[in-house]
Amino acid sequence: MNQFNTSALSGSRLSSLETSKVLKNTYGLLSMTLIFSGIMAYASIAMGMGQGAALISTIVAIGLLWFVLPRTANSTAGIPVIFAITGLFGLGLGPVLSFYLAINPAIVTTALGGTGIIFLGLSAYALITRKDFSFMGGFLMVGMFVVIGASLANIFLQMPVLSLVGSGAIIMLMSGFILFETSNIIHRGETNYIMATASLFLSLLNMFQALLQILGAFSGDD
Amino acid sequence: MDWTQILSAVALGAMLVFLFPGMRRAVKESPKGTMQDWMGYIIPITAVIGFVILLIMMVQ
Repeated sequence: MNQFNTSALSGSRLSSLETSKVLKNTYGLLSMTLIFSGIMAYASIAMGMGQGAALISTIVAIGLLWFVLPRTANSTAGIPVIFAITGLFGLGLGPVLSFYLAINPAIVTTALGGTGIIFLGLSAYALITRKDFSFMGGFLMVGMFVVIGASLANIFLQMPVLSLVGSGAIIMLMSGFILFETSNIIHRGETNYIMATASLFLSLLNMFQALLQILGAFSGDD
Repeated sequence: MDWTQILSAVALGAMLVFLFPGMRRAVKESPKGTMQDWMGYIIPITAVIGFVILLIMMVQ
């Protein structure tokens, strides 16, 4: 019996150690990719990258994310791929950042700081409470589908209110994705830190862009 | 409508097509949340909404 308890305990401790390792690797890689993406965004601003080039850069990043990363995430080849993806997303941010920096640089710094604080707060909440957010998977996916559908419709409708409502919805959905992914690492045995990093990076990127739009709209400068 | 808008529309349309099977699977396979589970989401989201309102007030 004692032997069983010891083995169960060591099993649970091993799993806890594994979770800590994945979390540590995920946050380490996330920090590096965020810094790299920031450098690429700065380069994009410095080069005066146009809207078209930024759009192509973002589409290539999405293509790599969907078709290349899942095939390479289980090997070391996944590391350069995730850096390529985050770098391309950073390049794609250039024109948007240039726009907001020109009208009011405080919008960019507030959105950046705000995204960081929300991420730290939600991650701490998921880690401390250790709640299982796996039940949110369907809700988050349907939410993303609706938001993408609304964005597509708004290309033709050109309604600023719809765009603003979409940004608000994105902040709530991305908050959910941060809780979902962190809980996935703790409870569901997500052991691939490259995929976990990609998911958290996308949540942060989308949240930052949505915050930029909301703050820009309400600042009176937009 | 310029080419960037057309390309954006095509990319978003492709995303919808690509996401649809994953969405259906997620809806089918996700465990159902209890009231208590949803409260665990609503509380931090309310805090996020409050924080965003604070940020809006800061930039006004």
